[in-house]
Amino acid sequence: MTTTRGAAVVIIGGGVTGLSAGWWLARAGVDVLVLEKGIVGWEASGRNGGGATHVYSPFGLEEQRLWPQMDGLLGYPTEHQPERIGIALTETQLALARRWAEIGELRGFRWELLDRQQVKELVPIAGDNAVGGTYLHFGGHANPQRTVQAYAWGLQDHGGRILQHTTVTGLVQRGGRVITVETTRGTFGADVVVIAAGPQTGMFAEMLDVWLPLAPARVEMIATEPIPLLAVGGVAGNGLYGRQTLRGNLVYGGGPHEWINVPDMATPSHTNTPLVRNLARRLAELLPGAAHVRLIRSWSGLVENTPDGLPVVERLARPHNVVLATMSSVGFGLSPASGRAISELVQHGRCLFADLGALGLARFADTPPDWREHAGWVAARPAVEATAGGDC
Amino acid sequence: MREPDPRSIAGKAPTPERHVPLVVVGAGPAGVTAAIEAARAGVEVVLVDEHPVDNDMMAMDVPLCFGQRMDGAVRNRAAMLERVVETNPGLASANDAGVDVQLGTYVWGAFVNGPSVQSLPAPMLGLADDRRSWLIGYDRLVVAAGARDVLLGFPGWERAGTLGAAGAAALLARYRALAARRLVIVGSGALGLHTAALALEHGVEVAAIVEVEGRVRGNADAARALAARGVPILTAHTIRGARGRTGEIESLVVVGLDGQGAPVSGSERVIACDAVCLAIGVTPSVELLHLVGARVRFAAALGGWVPELDAAMQTSVAGVFAAGDCAGVHDAMLADPGIASEQGRVAGLAAAESLGATGRGGPLRTPVPAATEAPHAYWQTWLASLIAAGGWEVNVCQCEEVTRRELVETRPPRYLKWDSPQMSARSVSTLAGDGPLNQDQVKRLTRAGMGPCQSRRCREQVGLLLAQAAGTTIDRIPLPTFRPPVRPLPLSVLWPADEPAAMREEWVSWFGIPTQFSPHWEAGMAMDEPTAHTRLVE
Repeated sequence: MTTTRGAAVVIIGGGVTGLSAGWWLARAGVDVLVLEKGIVGWEASGRNGGGATHVYSPFGLEEQRLWPQMDGLLGYPTEHQPERIGIALTETQLALARRWAEIGELRGFRWELLDRQQVKELVPIAGDNAVGGTYLHFGGHANPQRTVQAYAWGLQDHGGRILQHTTVTGLVQRGGRVITVETTRGTFGADVVVIAAGPQTGMFAEMLDVWLPLAPARVEMIATEPIPLLAVGGVAGNGLYGRQTLRGNLVYGGGPHEWINVPDMATPSHTNTPLVRNLARRLAELLPGAAHVRLIRSWSGLVENTPDGLPVVERLARPHNVVLATMSSVGFGLSPASGRAISELVQHGRCLFADLGALGLARFADTPPDWREHAGWVAARPAVEATAGGDC
Repeated sequence: MREPDPRSIAGKAPTPERHVPLVVVGAGPAGVTAAIEAARAGVEVVLVDEHPVDNDMMAMDVPLCFGQRMDGAVRNRAAMLERVVETNPGLASANDAGVDVQLGTYVWGAFVNGPSVQSLPAPMLGLADDRRSWLIGYDRLVVAAGARDVLLGFPGWERAGTLGAAGAAALLARYRALAARRLVIVGSGALGLHTAALALEHGVEVAAIVEVEGRVRGNADAARALAARGVPILTAHTIRGARGRTGEIESLVVVGLDGQGAPVSGSERVIACDAVCLAIGVTPSVELLHLVGARVRFAAALGGWVPELDAAMQTSVAGVFAAGDCAGVHDAMLADPGIASEQGRVAGLAAAESLGATGRGGPLRTPVPAATEAPHAYWQTWLASLIAAGGWEVNVCQCEEVTRRELVETRPPRYLKWDSPQMSARSVSTLAGDGPLNQDQVKRLTRAGMGPCQSRRCREQVGLLLAQAAGTTIDRIPLPTFRPPVRPLPLSVLWPADEPAAMREEWVSWFGIPTQFSPHWEAGMAMDEPTAHTRLVE
């Protein structure tokens, strides 16, 4: 297949950021094509805690404004639910929960400090080990799997196209711009290219001689059988992020990540480790009333981080028709806003609703190539083939 | 290099409480033989089997479809342990051969290094009993996990009394605890006839055998023998539904089919029974093989997805072997446990030899499975007849209450009370238009397969329905993934008493990058997520 086809905007990566950007663009009447190497939202975008409480971010206010409207805007359910409760089992955990709440307060949101009794009234399966908590009347959570599909479907409903199982293999430049995108299923012309390819974003940047330091890591989550619905499902704490789903499952993650190497465009399988037991313990500590509940599932996902953990969302100076986007492992909740920002960078060359100055590439100009070694963010061993039986 | 990131997994790797050269999972004919052969060759072997399974687990139709037809005796763990030992003489032989036999022990996970995990000190299994979980490291692994029931729904199949043939066999022969007096068996293949004979042998009446095809599928002599004992075999029939005044099955309505497979109205008959045993097929239990990353293929003659094996029964993963029904199941294996045993012998000796042990020598005779008619075509025939007789408003997934119609229309779950014109325009067919259908994707949207039975009751019928909607066959639908724990275990059981101190001390909810969650308007501010031994930094 060597036919030349294309779109006004080609988006590389059908994760939550690329899909949201594509949906915003398609809504605006822009001809958009998303190229996805697997299935939409299949990686970390569809397997995360679903949290939507990031008021510290330049995208934070827009995140808070948009989420309550998303079901209606998309035409598909996201399971968005407002509010969060943070439960602290130690004074240190309480200090962290308060800090999160106070950042919200600085942005004009309301919250309450809870004592143990109030925690137990709001969350009956919490225990006497709670020292207190916070009740945020802002933020919330949604279902990542349903949301990524909603973006994909919404994008199609507005005339956008998605090609799954299509791996991008090259970017052809001419005259200071990317003119075509080469893939395993032919070549696609583009006026503007958005690169939102998760852990692979750095490799695409490299193709453009742009330095984007990224370190991929694997993180894990667990899910229990359903239990009766809590009044507020957005309960977390004790070093866990997560929520109770509208079905009633307790879905939580946290704990140590594993830095890995992703040597090529293929994403390795979603493997779990015995960490699921440590997660189970943390959850039983957080919600002792649920200690008898059965764990029925776990999963893992690969996420990428920049050295400072902050996103890169920038329209490049050269090639000037490229927008580079990585959310540095915190992409799901911010996606309504990040996608909107990207669509504005594509259409207007700048984000109209937020100052993205802090999210530019310039901050990494002095980051050395071996920054991962300096930071200790390295894989335990070199990337290995699937010798899954181990070292025998 | 600086110190490894203290919030990463570095320095927190799990330590198995024991490491053994060979673990064999499953104490059926294949597993027992593998364990004995390896032990006789001088290898230290642990043989793990989950039976007797805890009553609560059985009530969830895990690991087999017991259909709530366990009698009260299964609550008596000591008695059940005795029965399991009594009814499986191989366990005593294994014990005599020096095998460390661990019964009532679930294998809920298999953890190995791979492209995205490089931190494990050794391959290990997650084990558990009813009280606690632990890890055991291994050099070699023989998986002899058996096969599980292929189930298809009909109106009323949620009622207590819907069993699978493998679940019924376990309750009859292994536990001697089947709480049913009058059984209808669905399917007249070798599996159905075998199950009928087993039921009669244990004093359970067989009210009928129902067969969708126009002829008995199994051995004619076996069918005649059953008929001679008064078992009616209704060919060219399917199920209209199960009835009962309470949540129990009290009767089954069957209906005749015409030459085109359409139900003949007026041909219904009501069969009094207290249990319906689906004996349409069993499929290899490949959960653990999937978790270690062994390559699988769909083998029509072997009951579905099976591991790719070499002549020594070794999977694509070095050091991991498969034997018995989980390596591929076919009719001849029902009648002759020697086939599974022989596979176990080959696997056990090969594992022992690869560990440097010298076996008793002799050539390895790998049995060649007899080619049979593709069982999934038979499953599809049954499903078509059940749809024709029972309609689309029948639960596919009992745990999540997803009907056939809701599945193929990719409806969001009912509790969302969602409706929109956009949603109504979407279906499995439109998804198929966007790329090859993937059962895991449909699962996420409809929730079919996401319940506590871990999709044991709906996996194959979801696959069949997707295949039908996409105009293909089930072998073309990719194998949906299995996720640990592959047995639903309480948080309190999984709780790691052996947690390393560093795990608690350095635990953070996210990466612990000080600037990651700092307010963007306070440039340069750090908000380090505190650990058990650090404070909040501002």
